[in-house]
Amino acid sequence: MPEQDTSQRMQTPDVAAARAGQMLNTARWAADRFSRMDAATVRSVVKAMADAGFAKARHYAEWAVRETGYGRVEHKVIKNEGCSRGIFEKYGHLDFVTPRIDHQTKTVDLPRPAGVVFALTPVTNPVATVYFKVLLAVMTRNAIVVSPHPGARDVCADAIRTLSIAAQSAGAPPGLIQVVENPTIPLIDHFMTSQDVDLIVATGGPAVVKAAYRSGNPAIGVGSGNAPVLVDDTCDLRRAAKYIVGSKSFDNSILCTNESTILAFDSIADALLQHLKTARAHICRPDEVAALRKLLFADGGFNIKMIGKDAAIIAQAAGFRAQGAEILVAPVDLIQPEEPLVREKLCPVLAFGRVADFNQGLAAARSVMRKSGKGHSAVIHSTDERRILSYANAVPALRIVVNVGCSLGAAGFETHLEPSMTIGTGFAGGSSVGANLKPENFINLARIAYNASEAEPFGVFEGLSRDTLPPPAPRVHAFPEPATSHQAHGTAVRAELRKLIQEELKAILAA
Amino acid sequence: MFDYGSFSFRDKEELYAKAREFWNPGKVDFWRGQGIDLVIDRREGYYLYDIAGRRLIDLHINGGTFNFGHRHPELVETLKLALDHFDIGNHWFPSAARTALAEEFIKVSPGMDFCVFGAGGAEAVELAIKSARYATKRRRIVSIIKGYHGHSGLSVATGDDRFSKIFLADRPEEFAQVPFRDLAALEAELKKGDVAAFIIETIPATYGFPMPSPEYLEGCVDLCRKYDVMYIADEVQTGLMRTGHMWGWQAYGIKPDIFVSAKGISGGLYPISVACMTERCAAWQREDGAAHITTAGGSELGCVVGIKVLEMLQRPEVVANVHAVAQFFAEGLAEIQNQNSDIFGGIRQKGVILGLEFNHPEGAVYASRALYEKGVWAIFSSLDKRILQFKPGVLLDAPLCQEILDRFSAAMPLLRQKLASAPRHA
Repeated sequence: MPEQDTSQRMQTPDVAAARAGQMLNTARWAADRFSRMDAATVRSVVKAMADAGFAKARHYAEWAVRETGYGRVEHKVIKNEGCSRGIFEKYGHLDFVTPRIDHQTKTVDLPRPAGVVFALTPVTNPVATVYFKVLLAVMTRNAIVVSPHPGARDVCADAIRTLSIAAQSAGAPPGLIQVVENPTIPLIDHFMTSQDVDLIVATGGPAVVKAAYRSGNPAIGVGSGNAPVLVDDTCDLRRAAKYIVGSKSFDNSILCTNESTILAFDSIADALLQHLKTARAHICRPDEVAALRKLLFADGGFNIKMIGKDAAIIAQAAGFRAQGAEILVAPVDLIQPEEPLVREKLCPVLAFGRVADFNQGLAAARSVMRKSGKGHSAVIHSTDERRILSYANAVPALRIVVNVGCSLGAAGFETHLEPSMTIGTGFAGGSSVGANLKPENFINLARIAYNASEAEPFGVFEGLSRDTLPPPAPRVHAFPEPATSHQAHGTAVRAELRKLIQEELKAILAA
Repeated sequence: MFDYGSFSFRDKEELYAKAREFWNPGKVDFWRGQGIDLVIDRREGYYLYDIAGRRLIDLHINGGTFNFGHRHPELVETLKLALDHFDIGNHWFPSAARTALAEEFIKVSPGMDFCVFGAGGAEAVELAIKSARYATKRRRIVSIIKGYHGHSGLSVATGDDRFSKIFLADRPEEFAQVPFRDLAALEAELKKGDVAAFIIETIPATYGFPMPSPEYLEGCVDLCRKYDVMYIADEVQTGLMRTGHMWGWQAYGIKPDIFVSAKGISGGLYPISVACMTERCAAWQREDGAAHITTAGGSELGCVVGIKVLEMLQRPEVVANVHAVAQFFAEGLAEIQNQNSDIFGGIRQKGVILGLEFNHPEGAVYASRALYEKGVWAIFSSLDKRILQFKPGVLLDAPLCQEILDRFSAAMPLLRQKLASAPRHA
């Protein structure tokens, strides 16, 4: 017997890429249909999704922590609730559907959805980002295809199905919300470069964001954060410490808005450390700082195994004990990019540096952001408006939050910024948007503009809808329908028919 | 100069002249006479390009052959990769590709037991008729007037005498025809006790897709059962998800004894056809497996393509697309029909199978011409020229559907003009 060949004998095409194209077709059908729906229907669809998402906020929070190993269930519950019902409460009353009439400027603005949105969601804030992007896209009448990070694939796919079912039961067309079940790099690339995608909304690492912009499709990608925290001698140190520890421990620093490095005025630094300690921060000794540096940045890049882990677990991995600590504070001497600990750390480890005065603080803040975090977030704890203004002018951040934790402050949940899981980092951060992602980012406005001259009066558009125009009337001079299946009739019938038709033809020609 | 490497033509006139001389003068003259000067060259998706470069949207799709569009990349790649391993195959031996397609086919055809393969639809119809005769030991075959099942010996005898008499291939003693939608006439034939099979297209295509009522088809099946006659469903144009179901007979909730599939199962790339049947009808294979031999039938390359076709058709997104396309045209054409009811009389539709009625004995010939001028290729029904066959493919996307509708709408005034000066002969 010859030896049996067990290798695959015939090759077959890549099914995933082929199916991607069809998913986009499905999305297009849904987008076309959904774009004709009125504000009330859209609102009820969004509400149904928000309610369904809210109801499963805890379920998915637990699942996400289980699947990714990142973050804290209680905090994910808060984010999931904030990105479902919270988003509905923030935007639900707004109308991104009905024409906006302005008599002053003699214009009518028609919200025009992008069409088919392709969204990438991260492993760090998996379900909250899914909720957020889907709700915003649908509220503006877009179809959306979500490609979750493979590390959070199952929970995201399930969450997307939950939203999709809720949307359909409230009247949305099938296929409005779809998930890429098995995201791979070639498949994502296929989606991103497809001409059938109208808008890419990318959240993730810098590589993903750059790829989105390179795709040739309109894209909103956002860069990574690295927020400096200036603490001066005019703020309430006890409250500042509480905000910082609360924010840095929130979901174990997994939000890109989390604090990176404290820049404390020398004069208050020791007192601040004391308050941080009271707020359950572990202040590391120099050998512990060295151990953390080694653990977190061993190979140059950030150790992804430590993303979103509890402070005590990180300490243990670094070889010391920090039982019961909410965060680890690592005092460093050098506040320059070559000190890895002042880089972005998606874990509850916070660098701590001392600055002699405000001007030194500004220079240090710029140094922190020199390598990464441009266009993102910065924090200041101060009551001196001149310093706040000066700081905001000096640091390359687009949201400078004051006397608040940065995680939920810059993300808009504890400030009056737009609540968002996607933080625009603007021109400095390689992004086309500088604000927190909001519904307006998913629409264009088609603008009806009248002649500005008073000689041309503005029209009355109130009370009109897109289908107000009556359909053209059917034509009246109809040919009579020939008797059915004349082939089956006999010659007599045929002759009779012919006669009728000739008479009718004469009548038409005479008319 | 149209240069294809191994052959070339100076211009279209030379091509026409040689086509007349060496190929088929009748067809050349007919289409030119119709003002349809089409020689298809490049083809891609649902687009056809005339050899002179003009683009047409294909709504003819050769009766479902190009259900997935022309040269669908996934099918092309499947065939190319298959060519690295397979060829037509040997018609004697068990084959991996043939067995695999048969298994996949039976999986999507509940109630059926065996697949017998051919190369084209007519061969599959031959197989169906032969198998029914074997099962019943009777000879006569009943079909409907204006039915159509192919052009080979047995299949052509079931159809309109336009295609059989010219070749002296009509066999009135063995093949009877009854009017569509006439159960009494059918029973009168079956009652005679010598009928092996009743064959019918689930929705008769060449007749212009008149829609059968579910009661009618159920009635036909019931009569067949009553008189122990095999019911053969010709699914060449109604199968492969075009009704929104894998098979048209499923859409109507009936169960045939044999059904025939061809055209689309080939992906438009490698010819193959199937007669799918119950154990009883396929039993001749146990008596003499080589009673029917076909070298090109069930070619292994065709089998590999067929497996891919079935897999693609079952993807949820493809099924969803069929429904989206069907709904889009149902709504859009109804609107156009409403505005042009003087010339556009009605719409027959099941899924993406549509027959559009025009108010003139040859209305669809003119409609086809008007659409052609507006960049759409759709063909009239050969046996009822009032009816335009309007056959969108299952993978059409939303923008192209809108474009088709816009072009269709633009063709209406032109059609009105043409009909006003048309002779009104039957």
